[in-house]
Amino acid sequence: MSEAGVRAAELADAAVAGDRRALARLLTAVENRTATAEVALRRLYPGTGRAHLVGITGAPGAGKSTLVAALIAEARLAGRAVAVVAVDPSSPITGGALLGDRVRMQAYASDDGVFIRSMASRGHAGGLAATSTAAATVLDAAGFDLVLLETVGTGQSEVEVARTAATTVVLEAPDMCDEVQAIKAGLLEVADIVVVNKGDRPGAQRTAAQLRAMLTASASPRPAPGAGGEAADHPRPKRPDVLVTTASTGEGVPALLAALDRHRAAGRDGLADAARLARAEAQVWEIVAERLRDRLHRTAAGPTTESTLRAVADHRLDPYAAAALLLASLAGGPPRA
Amino acid sequence: MSERPIKVLIAKPGLDGHDRGAKVLARGLRDEGFEVVYTGLRQTPEMIATTALQEDVDVVGLSILSGAHMTLLPRVTRLLRERGLDDVLVTAGGIIPDDDIPALREAGVAAVFGPGTTIAEVAAYFRTHVRQPEG
Ligand code: B12
Ligand SMILES: Nc1nc2c(ncn2[C@@H]2O[C@H](COP(=O)(O)OP(=O)(O)O)[C@@H](O)[C@H]2O)c(=O)[nH]1
Ligand SMILES: [Mg+2]
Repeated sequence: MSEAGVRAAELADAAVAGDRRALARLLTAVENRTATAEVALRRLYPGTGRAHLVGITGAPGAGKSTLVAALIAEARLAGRAVAVVAVDPSSPITGGALLGDRVRMQAYASDDGVFIRSMASRGHAGGLAATSTAAATVLDAAGFDLVLLETVGTGQSEVEVARTAATTVVLEAPDMCDEVQAIKAGLLEVADIVVVNKGDRPGAQRTAAQLRAMLTASASPRPAPGAGGEAADHPRPKRPDVLVTTASTGEGVPALLAALDRHRAAGRDGLADAARLARAEAQVWEIVAERLRDRLHRTAAGPTTESTLRAVADHRLDPYAAAALLLASLAGGPPRA
Repeated sequence: MSERPIKVLIAKPGLDGHDRGAKVLARGLRDEGFEVVYTGLRQTPEMIATTALQEDVDVVGLSILSGAHMTLLPRVTRLLRERGLDDVLVTAGGIIPDDDIPALREAGVAAVFGPGTTIAEVAAYFRTHVRQPEG
């Protein structure tokens, strides 16, 4: 192994052995997608898959960070080690980010059984950073029982977390979701558990009842008669539990933790095997796509590509023909303009 | 990704409720392209040091207007050193009399910024004094 490789392996081993500084530095390497991170992740991967990865998503202000803090409190009572990855958006213009989720969790800042890490999305859409899954893998390897992943919370399109997390919690606040929104909701479709937070506010129970009615109606327990074998593989909407919490007081949070544990246990019994496979698939394809993109950019960089792009800009060449030219250059053929 | 953002922790040590400056600074630094972690109010030196460690920040910025800087700031720098974070740039701002600055520098606070400091000044200082990130 190279000298850098040895350093990466040492960092990974130290992180697993409980060295928090090493863990933090490894997470930085992961965020920056360095060579160290790749060596370390490959070393750590076989020892992962033990933590329960829980995604927490929902609109800004719904109470995600407050609920994460309440879940930490509850899990700590049971002596479980908890890690958090909290993602906030990066400015597309300056690249800067204000990472403020931690403010609500600082009561646990000095608890040895808790590790909280803020992450900027760094241009990645879908509510997570491109490296959030890898960060969760590292925390899994470091021995945390529960890894909570808080998304940016930009809205209905934020379904990516469901591909990373074993259990996805979608947070709503009372009357934040009118019926129309729930029906078109991409987010609710990926929920394993729906939580109506701010249970201390009027309308919380009513919102929960509406959601229950709607989610039951949309979930079809079996394929339509006569649909044939094909329909059996067709992804059907889940039928999530709907719970009410008051994150700011902790009310309803023990029941939520119990529901998380139940969902996890059901997954262990094999029900979630398809989800695990989907997660593996997403992870591998992500890497493949990234490598291909890099290779294409490297191979295709140069004056020939520039003149191809110029031709498209001037409407002398259509974008499909240009794409075919760039693809040919990736396959090894000489690009012709 | 070649140029990664500098990561900064803005923390409010002690029972000081003045958070306007810290928030102005946090937002301003975000707009300057920094990744800024904000702790919120009433942080003990232990909380600040552990947060800096977990977040692996390049800079710790302590905002304090309560007058307790001579006891709190040296505690933060000592804890940072004890946790092996001696390469982190530690800075402070708020209401800190000039007479106290030499002792704070002695304790490991690299620079102190008072009222009227512009975000551009702070950003420029951070960019030139932060440790070089390793490959
Ligand atoms: C607004 C204000 C308040 C507001 C605070 C609102 C809030 N949420 O922030 C209120 C009314 C609540 C308040 C209350 C009190 N206040 Co008051 N308050 C002020 C005042 C007038 C302005 C502070 C301010 O917001 N400035 C604007 C911001 C943008 O500036 P800044 O904080 O200085 O930050 C700038 C720089 O210092 C620097 N900076 C700041 N932090 C950092 C950190 C880093 C890393 C860097 C690089 C730079 C940096 O960059 C910023 C941008 O330029 C000051 C007087 C003054 N002129 O400063 C008194 C002052 C700070 N308050 C004072 C006092 C005594 C109090 C009270 C104790 C009064 C009382 N007896 O009740 C209470 C305490 C409240 C508490 N819980 O702590 C005293 C403190 C005396 C001291 N330290 O010796 C001051 C100095 C007034 C005085 N001359 O006596 N206060
Ligand atoms: N009344 C009430 N307020 C809450 C509750 N949970 C969170 N909040 C408040 O809602 C606001 C947003 O909370 P936060 O956790 O930051 O939401 P996030 O943006 O989804 O992470 C804060 O002011 C919280 O104090 C709750 O259960 N009841
Ligand atoms: Mg939040």
